[in-house]
Amino acid sequence: MARKITMTAIMVALAMILSYIEALIPFNFGIPGIKLGLANLVVVMALYLFGAKMAFMISMVRIVLVAFTFGNMAALLYSLAGGILSFAVMALLKKSKGFSMIGVSTAGGVSHNIGQLIVAALVVENLNLMYYAPVLVIAGVITGLLIGLAAKLTLPAIRRSMKN
Amino acid sequence: MKKKDILLIVVLLAAGLIGLLAVRAAQSGAGATVEITVDGEVYGDYDLDKDQTIEIKNDLGYNKVVIADGTVDVTDADCRDKICVNHAKISKDNETIICLPHKLVVEIKGGSSASIDANAQ
Repeated sequence: MARKITMTAIMVALAMILSYIEALIPFNFGIPGIKLGLANLVVVMALYLFGAKMAFMISMVRIVLVAFTFGNMAALLYSLAGGILSFAVMALLKKSKGFSMIGVSTAGGVSHNIGQLIVAALVVENLNLMYYAPVLVIAGVITGLLIGLAAKLTLPAIRRSMKN
Repeated sequence: MKKKDILLIVVLLAAGLIGLLAVRAAQSGAGATVEITVDGEVYGDYDLDKDQTIEIKNDLGYNKVVIADGTVDVTDADCRDKICVNHAKISKDNETIICLPHKLVVEIKGGSSASIDANAQ
């Protein structure tokens, strides 16, 4: 139990630091609202290392803490929507077998963007915002793919170090 | 990477690209207006989606503005330098064609602005 709590705490801290690094470095894709989503790297890894329940907790705690420390409350709603939807999709895909980490992460990236867009459309009560969906889908594929690749490369090393 | 991963990525990318093309086709300058001002005063607002020709004649001179296929062009003017006539067609939000001798400004005003309030972290 103590080990589990410690690992969760480390993962949350790691996710927060990645969020902070991302806020510091302007990854500019030339399109507003698009970013790499480095923190999702931790969520994807947690999903494979510790299972769905813990990964979900890490994701939620990270989002709330990051919104309080670096972000603002308005953005919290969007982060939560993206986080919850992408988590649900990733957990489902992982369970359904046939997908590797890369596929899971790609689907996560896309659904993260779509979740945020749905909330945005609800907030401004304007369905025209959905015009933005194709851009966000493509961006989600690219960022999700990169995160998935990074997760796949790092996972074995973390597994090894956890055995000790 | 597994087969299903590649399938997923290809399907998502294809859906995104098709959507992108559909949006492009659907909203070529949708809702945008063309505002013409002379000497700082609004001369008239025109629908960018409606093909039309506007002729501006006053003491300062003559300009002919043509709106066609979501683009705006100044096709004729009796000013000295003809900079407005030689200017490329404009079609995007906030683009302008200006005829300085005639104090004429043709500007596209779209509904949406490109600025953002905040990023979700």
